[in-house]
Amino acid sequence: MSQDQITFNNVSRFYGEVLGINKVSLNIPPGITSLVGPNGSGKTTLMNMMTGLIHPSQGEISVLGIPPNQPRDLCRIIGYCAQFDSFPKGLTGYQFIYSFLRMFGMSHAECDQRTMAALATVGLTDARARPVAAYSKGMRQRVKLAQATAHDPTVVVLDEPLNGLDPLARAEAIALFEQWGKAGRHVIVSSHILHEVDRISDQVILLSQGYVVAEGKIHSVRSEVKEQPMQILVRCDHPGQLASRLFLQDHMVEAKVHTDGKGLLLRTTDADSFYLLLNHIVMDTGLEVESVAPADDDVNSVYQYLIGGEGGTI
Amino acid sequence: MNQLWVRQIGGVLRLELKKTFLSRRGWWVYLLALGPVALTLLHWLLEMGSHSNRHSIGEDSLVFAGLFHFYFLRLGIFFGCVGIFSNLFRGEMLEKTLHYYFLTPMRREFLVAGKYLAGLASALVLFVGSTALSFLMIGRHFGAAYNDYILHGPGLSQLGSYMLVAALACVGYGAVFLMSGLFFRNPMIPAAVVMVWENLNPFLPSMLKKISVIFYLKGLCPVEIPIPPPFNVMVIDADPTPFWIAVPGLIAVSLILLIYSGISARQTEISYGE
Repeated sequence: MSQDQITFNNVSRFYGEVLGINKVSLNIPPGITSLVGPNGSGKTTLMNMMTGLIHPSQGEISVLGIPPNQPRDLCRIIGYCAQFDSFPKGLTGYQFIYSFLRMFGMSHAECDQRTMAALATVGLTDARARPVAAYSKGMRQRVKLAQATAHDPTVVVLDEPLNGLDPLARAEAIALFEQWGKAGRHVIVSSHILHEVDRISDQVILLSQGYVVAEGKIHSVRSEVKEQPMQILVRCDHPGQLASRLFLQDHMVEAKVHTDGKGLLLRTTDADSFYLLLNHIVMDTGLEVESVAPADDDVNSVYQYLIGGEGGTI
Repeated sequence: MNQLWVRQIGGVLRLELKKTFLSRRGWWVYLLALGPVALTLLHWLLEMGSHSNRHSIGEDSLVFAGLFHFYFLRLGIFFGCVGIFSNLFRGEMLEKTLHYYFLTPMRREFLVAGKYLAGLASALVLFVGSTALSFLMIGRHFGAAYNDYILHGPGLSQLGSYMLVAALACVGYGAVFLMSGLFFRNPMIPAAVVMVWENLNPFLPSMLKKISVIFYLKGLCPVEIPIPPPFNVMVIDADPTPFWIAVPGLIAVSLILLIYSGISARQTEISYGE
């Protein structure tokens, strides 16, 4: 078992006769990994198994070399912010974080220091003495994040962490995830807000009906979807001229001139050939190209191609 | 330096007491505990007002024995323990907060121990306290005579015995209902089964009598209350268990139940029914 990866080896989980996930094999490296899929696709099941809250019906899981059935070792390196908006009754934000830190066996002074640091990270220092029940939804989400990470885990598992956060808090949370990812932690995020997932993810895992549909860096995943032509947007001074040259090629499927007359959105089954051809066209015609960028090389498009459904949110 | 497990159990104990002790949610448990205190207080006040000598200390002692047998043991402590202990895990499941505990690096056995100790602390304060207060108040209107009964007569020993039995009842029923809270979605079903079993105890064959909590507790009570007619004809007598077997025996059985609960908790999964 790899010491720096989270691995699932042929893991299945059934709830009675209902399928949770089926024959999942994965290797999750450090960085930000997003779990994407519709409700009931198995995202939470995967996270719950990773954190030892439920056990696989078959297969093996290892989190940096530790099996989840060893919670005494696992829970020191993992932090889980679950989707439930529920808290132990009657506790203040401070007490909520402090009390569970005490169960790690830390001294009062260390728990106090870590609690204050975690509260400061999520901007709740001033609200620490208020009962969690009196917090707004966004504050509750933030105190959950603080509680899940107060013991400084190497693996952070976040189930819909952006739910209920206002745009500013959302941006701060995303910056925090990016910071953790860059620091070499494993950050596993499930979110239904695809454009935000797309922005922060180093890799994605697409799930549908309990199966892993695709995994890896989003560009690689998109390249594998051969049956869907690649969309490429070219900003240039003569898009019509470019379109006429391109249509001589077999791999071109469609080309649309942008309404401002300065761009061409095209679809091709062979992106590599297109890029080569574009170089020749530019050299031959003196076409001035401002930018060339894939237009469907994102989680949203890949999600639609592989799973279907509406874009933007799931 | 404290051992890790001591600090972890201490952490659970502190959190549980902070969350549950004297919380509004447990109002009916406090009523169960305070009911006899209110009743004996009323008795004291009424007798003080009437200045009559209609009964003796011995009779009040017998009334208290009845109260203890039929109210404390069969109702108050029993249902109080159902309320306190079966919610230690089941309540967390219903409130969707058990995962916070399961995500800490502590053995599930220690989590069970910490929660049990917290429940036991609450139950002991409520029911042993209630037993003592009720006993002290039931004969208060006799004034100096009752003081004499307690300090120089059998009163103090009886009080000690009642408090011990109340404490052992909390220990035994606590372990039973903590376990039932781990295994059953609706703890009232096992509670009803246990209650029927415990109340059938006088009528069971002597071998079966011994598989209960009430059998050992009754034997430790200082004043025996006979079963009234016509039920007395169905009572099957059994030799009472000696003190030195009853007390350690009950504690040992409770420990076995707790160990079993701890081992089962290792396999418990978070399933909030979603």
